[in-house]
Amino acid sequence: MPYPFTIGSFTYHFADLKELLAKASPLRSGDRLAGLAADSYEERVAAQMALADLPLITFLTEAVIPYETDEVTRLIIDSHDKQAFTPISHFTVGDLRDWLLGDEADTVMLRQIAPGLTPEMVAAVSKLMRNQDLILVAKKCEVVTRFRNTQGLSGHLSVRLQPNHPTDDTKGIAASIIDGLLYGSGDAMIGINPATDSPAATARLLYMLDGLRERFDMPTQNCVLSHITTTMQLVEERVPVDLIFQSIAGTEKANASFGVSLSLLREAHEAGLSLKRGTLGNNLMYFETGQGSALSSNGHHNVDQQTCEARAYAVARAFNPFLVNSVVGFIGPEYLFDGKQIIRAGLEDHFCGKLLGLPMGMDICYTNHAQADQDDMDTLLTLLGVAGINFIMGIPGADDIMLNYQSTSFHDALYLRRVLGLRPAPEFEEWLLRQGIMDHRGNRLSGNTQKQLYAALVT
Amino acid sequence: MNESKRNSTETDDWEPLKAFTNARIALGKTGVSIPLNESLQFRLAHAHAKDAVYSQLNVPELQAILEKTGLPVYCLKSAAENRDIYLQRPDFGRLLNPSSAETLQKLNSPPADVCLIIADGLSATAIMKNAGPVVQLLVDKVKQAGFSLAPLLIIEQGRVAITDAVGEWLRPRLAIIFIGERPGLSSFDSMGAYITYAPQPGLTDERRNCMSNIREQGLPPELAVDKLMYLIQTAFRMQLTGVALKDNNELGASTVYPQLPT
Repeated sequence: MPYPFTIGSFTYHFADLKELLAKASPLRSGDRLAGLAADSYEERVAAQMALADLPLITFLTEAVIPYETDEVTRLIIDSHDKQAFTPISHFTVGDLRDWLLGDEADTVMLRQIAPGLTPEMVAAVSKLMRNQDLILVAKKCEVVTRFRNTQGLSGHLSVRLQPNHPTDDTKGIAASIIDGLLYGSGDAMIGINPATDSPAATARLLYMLDGLRERFDMPTQNCVLSHITTTMQLVEERVPVDLIFQSIAGTEKANASFGVSLSLLREAHEAGLSLKRGTLGNNLMYFETGQGSALSSNGHHNVDQQTCEARAYAVARAFNPFLVNSVVGFIGPEYLFDGKQIIRAGLEDHFCGKLLGLPMGMDICYTNHAQADQDDMDTLLTLLGVAGINFIMGIPGADDIMLNYQSTSFHDALYLRRVLGLRPAPEFEEWLLRQGIMDHRGNRLSGNTQKQLYAALVT
Repeated sequence: MNESKRNSTETDDWEPLKAFTNARIALGKTGVSIPLNESLQFRLAHAHAKDAVYSQLNVPELQAILEKTGLPVYCLKSAAENRDIYLQRPDFGRLLNPSSAETLQKLNSPPADVCLIIADGLSATAIMKNAGPVVQLLVDKVKQAGFSLAPLLIIEQGRVAITDAVGEWLRPRLAIIFIGERPGLSSFDSMGAYITYAPQPGLTDERRNCMSNIREQGLPPELAVDKLMYLIQTAFRMQLTGVALKDNNELGASTVYPQLPT
């Protein structure tokens, strides 16, 4: 169905819903690369104005990728909760924007309508919103999950300790873990990206992590980010697998390029649950996503990259994940060119994920061929802290020596906790206090007891 | 009132752990922040990486070095006019510009066994440092093994898959592109080599093998060339490159990871 919109004497014709969404998207290089971006500033605003007038119900009758050809579309349509949708079913996209910012839309209300929202609705409304709108609404969403500790409570910020090493050297990884723990990181998880995706190497790292966790009675969870099929094999072999990781995307074809399907994810989820390793809860899936992944596998069906990303969240929410991580700037400048585009995308992803009911965190990051630097990361880090993000990455000095990109450091996490008065996950905070890593004055490191723990860790 | 301490930074007791990793651990702190010296070291590393991304090939110098192999050298350009376009339009970096395509067409040379391509990629610095010695060594070994060689091609603003555009005109049995890798903070001068059997337009990256981190402090030239020769001979024997070659660990080569910015 075409969507015309007239400004002055000129009428824009947007051929269908996906074109309308793409043209309404704030500028980013990936949509240009795909040939989907608005041709002028005016055309972009025209598309946004047309989108504002669109009844939300349209998204339930017009799919951006056909139901018959894409299992993600089928998941979105088949799992749509009509009852949850009822209070907002008469809205246009523009009405939704104003309502989300209003006082009626509080934490409880937003949680209730989440199952009634489709990713396309959420992507659409985000395109009408300014950065501060994305922050304000996300801040009202609280998504709490549990495995061995509690994530996402308001006023708390967790950190994934990411101790990568280019050759998976156990001592090298352990050195980074010790550094991170002594700087108060690791409550979201200790999560290693392995250099080699072999079952043996992954198992070796998992045993090492589990031994460390048990020895120090750490209330956290571990993850080695191998392909899900590798992890499933290890579950079968009773290797201590806490969280089950997989990269996912928003279309069936893009997921196929990652070597996954919904049925494979379901199988892995059930396998993980069978281990019953969570002590406080059974959220155990850990997903990573990022704008541009569908286009890079040519699986985008001419849908803009931000809408594709929101669709990935529909995949994620089918599995009650422990955490979801948008690796926002990793993909490179052909998708997000500079700091401005990375910051915008980061706020969109966090907003969309939270509104759909996901425990969103972010790898606030960039590569050296993007026009960005650590100042841009500071800006996005601060904005996401204000928006109530569940977790961020902690990497020694923000420099990942295995994946060759820059993210956020243990120090960055302490900065954010300090300026915003945020605290670690409660169970982990108790552990930090017990170990003497932090003292009761809040977000201060205590030198003397740090020494003692270090001595214990290296013996 | 007492004077404040001039240096308020604290060091970490676990500095000895630095022996186990190049990660930026035990940075110390002032309050909870990174001490200035470490902050400036990070900036310096990032500056090197950025300068490498925007570095340019010194084409006459590179040409003179490569001509010492005794092979003719041609200088070509991709369809990406400048660095900013190159960074945003990887598709342009995979195509030859029209006059470069014409140059290859006019060569009208008989198909050779091996075609060597040298492209700036994301670090011209890496190419200026490493391409000369590696190509010289490889040319000698390829000749000794009795294989024929196409003219050497220097391509500015090139991506890995421009190999396929070259393949369309020169029809080599196998092509190797040496290309500057995306600079990391710890290495801004790493050269990669991607090997493609029967390159032609329309191939995807899982049809190639890659070898990365070729530089003195990484995979040194002699070792890289030995591994490349082994790969060339295996590829000719199996009549393919890519996924099917992946499992042989001794190659030190891997298949192309789909997310790499190639």
